[in-house]
Amino acid sequence: MKKYFHDSLVVFRRSLTIALQNPVWLMISLMQPILYLALFGPLLQRIANTPGFPPGDAWQVFVPGLLVQLGIFGAFFVGFGIIAEWRNGVIDRMMVTPASRTALISGRVLRDILMITIQGAVLMGVAYLFGLRISMQAVIGGLFVVALLGAAFAYLSYAAGLALKSEDALAPLVNTIALPILLLSGILLPMTLAPRWLQILSDINPIKHVVDAERAIFRGDLLGPSTLLGVGLAVVIVFLAAYVGNLVFRQQTR
Amino acid sequence: MENGDNGPMIVAKGLRRTFKTRKSVFEAVRSIDFEVQKGEIVGFLGPNGAGKTTTLKMLCTLLEPTDGSATVAGVDLRRDPVEVRRRIGYVPQSGSTSGDAKAGDEIVWHAELFGIDRATARKRGEDLLAALELEDIWAKKCSALSGGQRRRLDIVMGLIHQPQVVFLDEPTTGLDPQSRANLWNHIRKLRDEFGTTVFLTTHYMDEADSLSDRILIIDHGRIVSQGTPKELKKTVSGDAITLTLRDNEDAEAAAEIGGALAGASAPMVEGNVVRVQVQDGAASLPRLLRDLTARDIEAIGVEVARPTLDDVFLTLTGRSLRD
Repeated sequence: MKKYFHDSLVVFRRSLTIALQNPVWLMISLMQPILYLALFGPLLQRIANTPGFPPGDAWQVFVPGLLVQLGIFGAFFVGFGIIAEWRNGVIDRMMVTPASRTALISGRVLRDILMITIQGAVLMGVAYLFGLRISMQAVIGGLFVVALLGAAFAYLSYAAGLALKSEDALAPLVNTIALPILLLSGILLPMTLAPRWLQILSDINPIKHVVDAERAIFRGDLLGPSTLLGVGLAVVIVFLAAYVGNLVFRQQTR
Repeated sequence: MENGDNGPMIVAKGLRRTFKTRKSVFEAVRSIDFEVQKGEIVGFLGPNGAGKTTTLKMLCTLLEPTDGSATVAGVDLRRDPVEVRRRIGYVPQSGSTSGDAKAGDEIVWHAELFGIDRATARKRGEDLLAALELEDIWAKKCSALSGGQRRRLDIVMGLIHQPQVVFLDEPTTGLDPQSRANLWNHIRKLRDEFGTTVFLTTHYMDEADSLSDRILIIDHGRIVSQGTPKELKKTVSGDAITLTLRDNEDAEAAAEIGGALAGASAPMVEGNVVRVQVQDGAASLPRLLRDLTARDIEAIGVEVARPTLDDVFLTLTGRSLRD
């Protein structure tokens, strides 16, 4: 176990240092949610009094959605990086070390969690300037959920990247999966506004429940049923994604 | 001895690898046997798709053999792949560094995965960089290095944990002639100065010829021949001596002299040119010239042509390695 943590930390430090060599990308990945905040948020304020709009003010409904979006999209594209590393021989080179196979992927996921959590904190800071008011417990709880989603989608993206080994194949796959998840989770507009059939479809999507949990946390409902269901589902998704990620990594030497 | 200090560094027995798809089964490596001794530079020569990289990946624990067994640095590949990884260095064909990372950082991170502390990694890394004439690259981004420098950096990383045997997959592919020759010198230095056993794959005949103590020739997943470059070339038909005489009428007498040389084939005469195949051209030449002088035959040109590895490959497989 000590070796696993040691190796994970080495891979984490390597991935983080290389990512920080290109701070421009960090800024670009942060720009998207901030643009949503600035250009889409004001629209929501107008419809906050519409019947069916969930409880809480417009920012308490909208910012949790953006955070979940950040967790998914911030992590879902990391698979492109692992294809580049595979092409440069880095993955093979690391596989021929005594390092724990699990550490080779979890070190990378750890970096993604840290970066997405920092981006989430910045997003909340900017949202504060727009008028978001929530407790410190809600801030920490909200970032925890983002970190869970980041971990899950990073594991899945690394697995897909390494299994496909082609950017041309990964891009449509990621978009094909991410788009329905996004549309059926009520990230931008709450699903309470949707017709019944769309609500039924949305209820099957676990991410919708994670968004509901994030919104509940923002209202200060840290231990309510909605929060527990969403966070519980997020934890399950992380474990499943980690299993798939590790499986694909191990299969590289089969 | 368990660590392989006294035994062969690599022993492969019946090593086989097949790749299965839904529609077909492809046998990339078909039951190969060979040994590599400590301190040898062994070249694994064959055309693209012959099974070189598949074999190398099996020996480096990157691919599980379908069948057969192998010990590397004294450790059974199947029983303890992690211990094999501790004892070998591997330099992949496609490189081993990220362009955005600094060279020194990549060396230290890689060493840490072998459990080496940062201070020792830095010291060893600097020493190895100096040995491979890369002193000033520690703080440079890998993307800023030339192809030859980056290849040597890959080798430094493959050696940072002081492995007993290092595997180089197509080490000079994509390099210019000067960088290739430079890298060959460095690979020889690994063996001479560090006693490292080197196993390299290549599809360049000149590389295998000039660099390897011994060559294994692989084609269609089978080892078709092995030996020193000299031994392999001798299996073809010896050296060809071509004599150009001043007078055409001396040709028959010169052919008689040539035919009497050790291991000579039947000489061929074409005007004032006499051609004969002999076992060892360099060794036969003094006697040939002496005998010609003794019979007052004047040669205005003598050429000794040695067979190339391509001739060897052609003889063994019926096609050229260049195909």
